[in-house]
Amino acid sequence: MKVLVAVKRVVDYNVKVRPKADGSDVDTANVKMSINPFCEIAVEEAVRLKEKGVVSEIVAVSMGPKQCQEQIRTALALGADRGILVETDDELQPLAVAKCLKAIVEKEEPQMVIMGKQSIDGDNNQTGQMLGALTGMPQGTFASEVAVEEGAVKVTREIDGGLQTVELKLPAIVTTDLRLNEPRYASLPNIMKAKKKPLDTTSPSELGVDITPRFKTLNVEPPAERQAGVKVADVAELVEKLKNEAKVI
Amino acid sequence: MSILVIAEHDNAELKGATLNTIAAAKAIGGDIHVLVAGAGCGAVADAAAKLDGVSKVLVADNAAYEHQLAENVAKLVADLGKDYSHVLAPATTTGKNMLPRAAALLDVQPISDIIGVESADTFKRPIYAGNVVATVQSSDTIKVVSVRATAFDAVAAEGGSASVESVDIAEDAGISSFVGEELAKSDRPELTSAKVVISGGRGMQNGENFEMLYKLADKLGAAVGASRAAVDAGFVPNDMQVGQTGKIVAPDLYIAVGISGAIQHLAGMKDSKVIVAINKDEEAPIFSVADYGLVADLFDAVPELETKL
Repeated sequence: MKVLVAVKRVVDYNVKVRPKADGSDVDTANVKMSINPFCEIAVEEAVRLKEKGVVSEIVAVSMGPKQCQEQIRTALALGADRGILVETDDELQPLAVAKCLKAIVEKEEPQMVIMGKQSIDGDNNQTGQMLGALTGMPQGTFASEVAVEEGAVKVTREIDGGLQTVELKLPAIVTTDLRLNEPRYASLPNIMKAKKKPLDTTSPSELGVDITPRFKTLNVEPPAERQAGVKVADVAELVEKLKNEAKVI
Repeated sequence: MSILVIAEHDNAELKGATLNTIAAAKAIGGDIHVLVAGAGCGAVADAAAKLDGVSKVLVADNAAYEHQLAENVAKLVADLGKDYSHVLAPATTTGKNMLPRAAALLDVQPISDIIGVESADTFKRPIYAGNVVATVQSSDTIKVVSVRATAFDAVAAEGGSASVESVDIAEDAGISSFVGEELAKSDRPELTSAKVVISGGRGMQNGENFEMLYKLADKLGAAVGASRAAVDAGFVPNDMQVGQTGKIVAPDLYIAVGISGAIQHLAGMKDSKVIVAINKDEEAPIFSVADYGLVADLFDAVPELETKL
């Protein structure tokens, strides 16, 4: 079966971002960009399903500026077969991304869409669920285990109290949690080979999708700074301070 | 303006996060209705009717909603939600699973995990693992919003007397089914609502050593959490994880034991009132947010702390 994997280009997870002085946006100039960690797990899961013989083709798709090609190439180097870039310099909010993905799903007709549960920049945790609504596919969100069966997929989900297993009829959407797998590193030969794999470019307007933003970011600011604390010498002093100064025990 | 709040429950008990979500609804202002969707959830509906500030409780009691499958509940929420100005749910795994699906059915861009209400259409929410706070203004006619429970004080559980109405909509999409669940059992308070949280990290070295934290927790009436490193190493189950990808907590006292304090962990606990760090590495980033830091070997400090309390 065919699998569609959505990947996002985000500020690398090790970078501590700062808002611009005018509060208009986060400063991303000259900041290291990477594939979103949850998306990497999605690619890895698709590749493992291919290695098991369950999946025959993996299509990686990304949306945003031209540079998103790099993240698609990363996915190709990890084992995806071909890429699609939906190119736009305009702001893309999750609903718009889900609508673009829906258009691609209609064209490609994958049996499964695997994507990260959230991107570490917007922290929205929405796109997979919205794609589910738009396509009518069932969703297995926050997956820590995926087992494909005849015409269905069993997904073990991480929920607040522990784990929950659901069975979804294919075609279905799976969003990945961190514990689903440990992504591999792309080898140099695979990175070279990835350069020759096909990468098509399209745009939201070619897909017939209206990407007009539905919310406006009025301001971004750093969170309230915590007061610098004190170091205590020993446990006795710690207990004394917690009792008499902070009064929390 | 009227607001629909989706109750979080397990068919037997109303979950605390619902009370915080109603507090956010009150901050927006308007008539507040609560939807209880489940199976055999009459007791939950009665509890919801007593909440302060709620004027009506809608109960959708149907087998299709028993396990809160997003495919079924989202359809119901979208059906009912079109008559409201706001649809709110707690930003728990259940809320995060269902709400965006309902929003897309309404052709609305939801706003996730709000920590503040500026006005009926403007909200504050953290982005980039809590390193930035964004103020966003929604232009959708229906505002679909998930609420970070720790950012709002819970409303009173008693004193209200809302009417209870049953909703006769049964949405069974038939494309997903519940197979089973494995819930971690614990006598300690729930992590997200505990007044005191003690968390262990990679420095705990193994799962057995968490016993030390459990003993200390029992003395303080605390919940026990963990960093991702401790979860990935298999010391403790993943529902104990505190951080960007785990639970967000804001207790009165957070004690971080053997946790370095990576950005992803801080995202889950830095709104705690008082933070204590016990770590033998005095350069650990956790000390930059800790009110009280103790540079010591946790294997000496934790048992000593327990005896001194």
